[in-house]
Amino acid sequence: MRFAHTFKTKAPAAPRLPRLRAPLVFGGLLLLFVGLLGRSLYLQRIDNGFLQEQGSSRYSRDIEVPAHRGRIVDRFGDPLAISTPVKAVWAWPDQVDATPDQLKALAAALDLPTTALKQKLAQGGDFVYLKKPVAPQAAAHIAALKIDGIHDENEYWRYYPGGEVMSQIVGFTGDRDVGQEGIELAQQSWLGGHPGSRRVIINRRGEIVEDVASIRAPQEGRDLALSIDSRLQYLAFRELKAAVEVNKARAGALVMLDAKTGEILALANWPAFNPNNRQRTTRDHMRNRALIDTFEPGSTLKPFTVAAALDAGKVSPQTIIDTAPGTLTIGHATIHDAHREGALTVEQVIQKSSNVGAAKIALSLPAETMWQMLSGAGFGAQPRTGFPGEVSGRLRAAKTWRPIEQATMAYGHGISVNLVQLARAYTVFASDGELKPVSLLKVDGAVAGRPVVTPQTARAVRHMLEMVVQPGGTAPKAQISGYRVAGKTGTAHKLDGRVYGDKYVSSFVGFAPVSNPRLIVAVMLDEPGAGQYYGGTVAAPVFADVMGGALRLLGVAPDAPANTVVVPADAVAVREET
Amino acid sequence: MARLNLALLALLVVCALSLVTSRYQARKLFVDLEREQAQSRAYDVEYGQLQIEQSTWAMPARVEKIAREQLRMQLPAPARLRIVEAGPR
Repeated sequence: MRFAHTFKTKAPAAPRLPRLRAPLVFGGLLLLFVGLLGRSLYLQRIDNGFLQEQGSSRYSRDIEVPAHRGRIVDRFGDPLAISTPVKAVWAWPDQVDATPDQLKALAAALDLPTTALKQKLAQGGDFVYLKKPVAPQAAAHIAALKIDGIHDENEYWRYYPGGEVMSQIVGFTGDRDVGQEGIELAQQSWLGGHPGSRRVIINRRGEIVEDVASIRAPQEGRDLALSIDSRLQYLAFRELKAAVEVNKARAGALVMLDAKTGEILALANWPAFNPNNRQRTTRDHMRNRALIDTFEPGSTLKPFTVAAALDAGKVSPQTIIDTAPGTLTIGHATIHDAHREGALTVEQVIQKSSNVGAAKIALSLPAETMWQMLSGAGFGAQPRTGFPGEVSGRLRAAKTWRPIEQATMAYGHGISVNLVQLARAYTVFASDGELKPVSLLKVDGAVAGRPVVTPQTARAVRHMLEMVVQPGGTAPKAQISGYRVAGKTGTAHKLDGRVYGDKYVSSFVGFAPVSNPRLIVAVMLDEPGAGQYYGGTVAAPVFADVMGGALRLLGVAPDAPANTVVVPADAVAVREET
Repeated sequence: MARLNLALLALLVVCALSLVTSRYQARKLFVDLEREQAQSRAYDVEYGQLQIEQSTWAMPARVEKIAREQLRMQLPAPARLRIVEAGPR
């Protein structure tokens, strides 16, 4: 109390404050508050990006959502190309600091010799791939070694179980899993996946606890079913490869079509390459000759000449054509037959493959009629398989034809085709006159064709083609035990510069069983160099082996008694040229 | 009045706590979901690898080699083939 009293008495003695001090201090403090408020408003509302980012980086992450490339499968769903995630291990050689033991462990995990690894690291620089692909388990092992300067990254590795058997059809992908050849290239947009990205909240242990937003939805690659039948493809490849090697040919190709739907069941090429290891692959090995190369078909075109004449009513199958003396001179050029024949029926012109006969039939027709037949059968236009680089071949407009050209075109010279076109054209005779569209992709259900010739004409030509493989024809070696077969040989001189030299393209196109055709097979061998070059000797046996095996594999009911194969003593009863 | 406020306060606390627990539950379930999804992706990868393995074993060239060399199988000659016709039922 005393104290209080003392205080009280002292209080009046306190000095008087200057009049403005209180408002000034108050005002100053207020100003500071306003400044603070302004700053916080600025940070909260106007320039909030930096702090937001700093804040969210403490708990949110943008992570990539992987999307893989779609598989390519055959018509039964067996994989032809699959992507699987792998690691690519790379190094920053200048930064690598490893003990000899660590290097040894690294080399073992990479499955490389230690010396090779040291060599790679000795190059210096700031980036070198040590190995790709590396299996995920091995990569985890390497990461556990914790060597400075060794890193890995995620990649997809494309594996092709079919290997060289399917190589030219399926093609392959390059860096970043992008298609470079074949179907992989053609269907890139369908197969390719686009990785997405999403923002998530993670907790202290690094687990994702909440999805904040999807920044970009991943787009998975889609699977693609081809029309190829792996078993038939293997059969075709094996037989073709053997034939190319036995006949010492430069190359060969084989196409098998489903006669009902136009699907390409097999498409083999030799030489081929291994898509899983392309280190020694040249462009030449990658060529899908059946689609991107053309050749002059030779006699395999004769049935179309005859069909045009039958359709136009100019001849009947029994009309007699005089082919004596085996030559025909038009202007300055002379057409030869390999074998002298006398008077032949139209049927026999096909059976014995007479050039003179075919030329005479062609010359009885207006150029326009013949052009319509060839164009209607799909020559001179792309077969539209969707394969990159497929060619249309060459079929000139009828107006520009000279008589000699019309005559040579009758037996397949002065026109160029690819093998798929040729196989497809034979759907006209395998069906009742309809040209089917071809497809490399699986087709469900029936396929509508485009009528080219009348059913009567188609049946008449089918009968002629069956005569070709019978004794007296050019291709008795195309016979198959248990099945009726029809087809046509081709032995075309190759243009060597501007003149026809003594190099040949031997071919055979045919279908079976004749009573209800299921398959069409076209075989082509380029420059057989082992002495034999007739289509009936070189290509027809390949046809018979592939067709016979395929019909048995597919379980097609035989339409002829077994053991009816009659091959004349002379290997080819009738020779042909072109 | 005070009693009502107290009741409301208690209600608020209960709500707040339940929010916390449900949020915690949600996160826990989400972590589980993520784990399962990662597992599913891993299975996808494994499936792809198994498919590769299977198709490598089932390569026609390999099957043919084993059939011919180990099992000594061969195509019967045409003379040994008999076609059985389905008779009338």
